[in-house]
Amino acid sequence: MVSLDCHALELSIAGKAVVKGCSLRLMPGQFWGMMGANGIGKTTLMRCLAGLIEPQSGHVALGGTPILGLPRRAVARRLGMLQQHSVYVFGAGVLQTALTGRHPHLGRWEQEGPDALERARRALSAVDLDSYEGRDVTRLSGGEARRLAFASLLVQDPEVMLLDEPSNHLDLRYQVRIMSTIGDLVYGGERLAIAAMHDVNLAACYCSHVLMLFGGGQWAAGPAADMLTSTNLQRLYQCPVEAIDTPSGPRFHPSFRDRSA
Amino acid sequence: MPAAPRRIVIPLLALLSLASIVLASRLGSAELDTASWWQAWQQPDSPGGELLWRLRLPRAVAAWVVGAMLAMSGCLMQVLLRNPLADPYILGVSGGAAFAALLGMTLGVAASAAPALSLAGAMLSIVIVFGLARGRGPWSGTRLLLTGVVTAAGWAALVSLLLALGTDSTVRGMLFWLMGDLSYARLPAWSVALLALLFMVTLGLARSLNVLSMGETTAQLLGESTRGLLWLVYLLASLLTAAAVTIAGSIGFVGLIVPHLMRLLMGSDHRVLIPAATLFGGLFLVLSDTLARTVVAPRQLPVGVITALLGVPLFLVLLNRARLRAA
Repeated sequence: MVSLDCHALELSIAGKAVVKGCSLRLMPGQFWGMMGANGIGKTTLMRCLAGLIEPQSGHVALGGTPILGLPRRAVARRLGMLQQHSVYVFGAGVLQTALTGRHPHLGRWEQEGPDALERARRALSAVDLDSYEGRDVTRLSGGEARRLAFASLLVQDPEVMLLDEPSNHLDLRYQVRIMSTIGDLVYGGERLAIAAMHDVNLAACYCSHVLMLFGGGQWAAGPAADMLTSTNLQRLYQCPVEAIDTPSGPRFHPSFRDRSA
Repeated sequence: MPAAPRRIVIPLLALLSLASIVLASRLGSAELDTASWWQAWQQPDSPGGELLWRLRLPRAVAAWVVGAMLAMSGCLMQVLLRNPLADPYILGVSGGAAFAALLGMTLGVAASAAPALSLAGAMLSIVIVFGLARGRGPWSGTRLLLTGVVTAAGWAALVSLLLALGTDSTVRGMLFWLMGDLSYARLPAWSVALLALLFMVTLGLARSLNVLSMGETTAQLLGESTRGLLWLVYLLASLLTAAAVTIAGSIGFVGLIVPHLMRLLMGSDHRVLIPAATLFGGLFLVLSDTLARTVVAPRQLPVGVITALLGVPLFLVLLNRARLRAA
């Protein structure tokens, strides 16, 4: 059981503050939605949480240890990240690419055993790519490449999952499929997931907590039910948002009144 | 190719490599019939034995070693730069070697000093590119590529200068060196040891190369400390290239085409690709050199001409067939 902690994090990119004085404890069993306007720094914060970049001050700790002090291999066994873009330059088979998720778990001369193969097959069938095993990754569509990248993350099987816009390029069916797969792992398997996302209603359905980035280093975090209000969302997106009450809680859509007026 | 035939390919390539060396010992401008050839194997002191053991075999093994080194280096460079057009010479290693070797010829230094000179030139070029591209910041493939390509262009200009200033007799030797030539190649024991050592190191890195070819960030997220790994790959590829050009000059196409051929046939898992490309690179160069020695015997062609003449059509045909199959 691994938590991810931000200690007095100050992070900026190209002179723009992403978060200021951010101290936050992200615990197993929580599914965080990270929300904010385009270019506000969600990916930068993700990369900082993954230990890929150094914050201006403060630090991120994985299981109590500063993440930048840990060997990459030790990090990769416990923390994995789905990047925003999944582009494959060199040809490789789909199954082989899914198997790369085992890389941090294998010794230098070790081969993927039957257990790894079993995991990879299960992950591929979870995203409906099981009939694509031998296909070349450069021939996949955008959505298929995305599902494959997610399958690799499932094969890596980390306790902390960072997901940069996991529903990118996906049709409705796979948006739901992937979000509920993450949800099952978080709520049923006591993992921690942090997903940058733009779809407010997907967040309302699946996330237990929400972190909002308002720009200029301003941020707010809390349980999803408290955070997802039209007031917060209007501040977040600088656009009128209407709430509609449904049996499973409020859902949101941008107000189109401007146009009809 | 499905998995089962793929497993046969590596032993098959090893067997064919041995066969090619035996074939190279049989063929040549001085005809040996089968009986005297067989005798030459058993009696190294006979005139036929001298020819076989002192000339043909060392040359054939040298060709194999050089081809293997170039193919391995090509695989590494393509991952390092994430560019399928990268070849062992792209970052200027061979340019430095060429300049030093040709400068020796211009100044009338003994031909026996050429390997030492080209090794010095190659190492100088590696150090220059490494020093300039390293910088303080994070790894930048673009900076390395630009530094290397511009350094290579600088060497090329100096080489042209030497060619322009050279006399007719030296220019011919220079051109042979530049096209790659195994006529004077002897097999230094260190090269075999180096090939074996670097092959094992590279094979140990094979799975890391797989994740590295998916991009630096992906490799980091899968547990690689990429900065150190990338410089290690640069050094491995450069050392292999330096050793190869020291033995045989800058033989073209092997390092570009062999890794691609093997990628098409065997897939991109470096645990299979590295041994396959290494074996096929050796095999391909032994056969090319044998052709270079025999096709217009007793004259000899520079082997670089043959590798290109054989390699280009072979590659284009296979590439085309792969496209058709995929479509």
